[in-house]
Amino acid sequence: MKKPFFKSDYGILLGLIVLIFVPPILVKSNMMNIYYISILIFVALNSMMAVGLNLLACHAGQISLGHAAFYGIGAYTSAILTAKLGCPVWLDVIAAMVLGGVIAWILGIPTLRLKGHYLAVATLGLGFIVYIVFNEWTGLTEGPSGIVEIPRLSIFGTVIKTDMQVYYLFWAFTIIAVLISINLIRSRVGRALRALHSSEVAASSMGINVINYKIKIFVLSAMFASLAGSLYAHYMTFISPTSFSLNFSIMLVTMIIVGGSESIWGAILGAALLTILKAMLGEFLGDYKDYDVVMYGLILMVVVIFLPTGLVGGLQMIAGKIRGMRESDEKT
Amino acid sequence: MSFFSQIVQYVLSGLVMGSSYALIALGYTIIYNGTNIINFAQGEFVVIGSLMMVTLTTVAGLPLLPAFFISVAVTVVVAFLLERLAVYPLRNSDGMTLIIVTIGASIFLRGISMFIWGKNAYALKHFSGDTPVEIMGATILPQSFWVFGITILCVVGLQLFYKHTLTGKAMLAAAINKTAARLMGINVENILMLSFILSGALGSVAGIIIAPITLARYDAGLILGLKGFCACVLGGLGSSTGAIVGGILLGVLESLGAGLISSGYKDAIAFVILLLVLFLKPQGLLPLKEMMMGQEKT
Repeated sequence: MKKPFFKSDYGILLGLIVLIFVPPILVKSNMMNIYYISILIFVALNSMMAVGLNLLACHAGQISLGHAAFYGIGAYTSAILTAKLGCPVWLDVIAAMVLGGVIAWILGIPTLRLKGHYLAVATLGLGFIVYIVFNEWTGLTEGPSGIVEIPRLSIFGTVIKTDMQVYYLFWAFTIIAVLISINLIRSRVGRALRALHSSEVAASSMGINVINYKIKIFVLSAMFASLAGSLYAHYMTFISPTSFSLNFSIMLVTMIIVGGSESIWGAILGAALLTILKAMLGEFLGDYKDYDVVMYGLILMVVVIFLPTGLVGGLQMIAGKIRGMRESDEKT
Repeated sequence: MSFFSQIVQYVLSGLVMGSSYALIALGYTIIYNGTNIINFAQGEFVVIGSLMMVTLTTVAGLPLLPAFFISVAVTVVVAFLLERLAVYPLRNSDGMTLIIVTIGASIFLRGISMFIWGKNAYALKHFSGDTPVEIMGATILPQSFWVFGITILCVVGLQLFYKHTLTGKAMLAAAINKTAARLMGINVENILMLSFILSGALGSVAGIIIAPITLARYDAGLILGLKGFCACVLGGLGSSTGAIVGGILLGVLESLGAGLISSGYKDAIAFVILLLVLFLKPQGLLPLKEMMMGQEKT
């Protein structure tokens, strides 16, 4: 049975692209505060990372508890190269992605060969080490005070200054990341793995190099996170270690769990919901905003226990039930 | 201070920290053997134990001994609730789901601790004075002896429990082969619950005995718990002897590294060791469940 176009991944992607143009129109017609655009910029960055994590969870059966490290590696590589060494912008973005990818590759080769959840453990360790290095290697990273005066990105001499320009640029990158992910899932190996219902034994006996595929996915997801970090540095023009702590890694995992780790769209939905929730809670709680962690812990537990397939899975289940009810109504 | 006494000093303070890592690591091991999950909320047991102790001794003015047992009991109740409400409903899910639910629980419990105790660090009274004792040119707090003593008591007690009680033997059996244990009439679900209770108790004891030296703070559990986990991987995940050896070794290496290399990178040492172990010897130093509690492979 062939799915109709609007239900296929490409159809949903088209829907997402259309949706991206809505907020700017709302802002132009004064129906939305421009402030919300800055939140949606973070939705783009977090979506990019969540899509990478989702690929890892869904197609490699692994979880990374240190993706904030790759985000940080991207941000610091860009900051150090441009603000301190005067490297031209964009070149540093590529360098950040390459570095993130290489580190993921080095980490992935030994750990992804092992059975069990050693990648989770290794990434957790990496996250801590990277965070401590950001704080302690003051000669390179300026320590806890962070790096300032990071130049903004520019395209053909036009500096990307306003939030609106950043918004379009970052979402363009996110769309590209989604496209790459869809193509990877639809590649020969991805299709085969899915067809075999991610049974590793079955897949290996079909001649699929499962480990290689897993490493590839992990490297790709790390590169997405590094790219997001690099873009983040150029957008904020200031970075400090606190943005790249374990809390953020767990926030990213929460995003894909809440949205549903079965599909890329769940990851984007989760990223959008949690980014907006964080901004809202930050405003609402004011001085007590540190207490928002209780919420995230609770959300994570409740979703895993009661809605193991996430929001997307839950919605599909409800839709299925309604359809079932309609069909039984028609029969009577 | 001569170089030699400096080394003695580092090793001694490493042994103290290492003892608490060993107890935390034992907690991980018990749950890992009972359920095959890595309980990332282990560090929160440590914090709840130590902060309860602080409240009971300073605010309620209780003497040490009753305060100690009440703190452990409270932590055990938390561990029990965690198992019943979050882990038990998911006992048939895959490993990833279980890891995530314990991470959620750990964030939640940390938030609750922050809510109750605030962000201050609390000093717990030393069990028997704080006049340092001198050994080979190095000084050591009397509390350290309490740490060593209670750690040894816990380890020996656990051994006796495993070897000489029916429940203990049932736990061992379930750890080695769940299906076979079930066929022998062992209620594996109860074992699951029991392993959380035991590891909650061990965690809180670790927190209480170390609190006079390191201070108790709502977020200390994160790093303590993770280091306990590093100790587990270093010793070999699933092996109790490995957990103890890994904990002590980690404590000493960390202390030496912090003293001789750089104290700023102190917390990174445990994780560098973790990565090195994963790269070079992922089965750990003392692998295999058969080595558990020093039992011979049969």
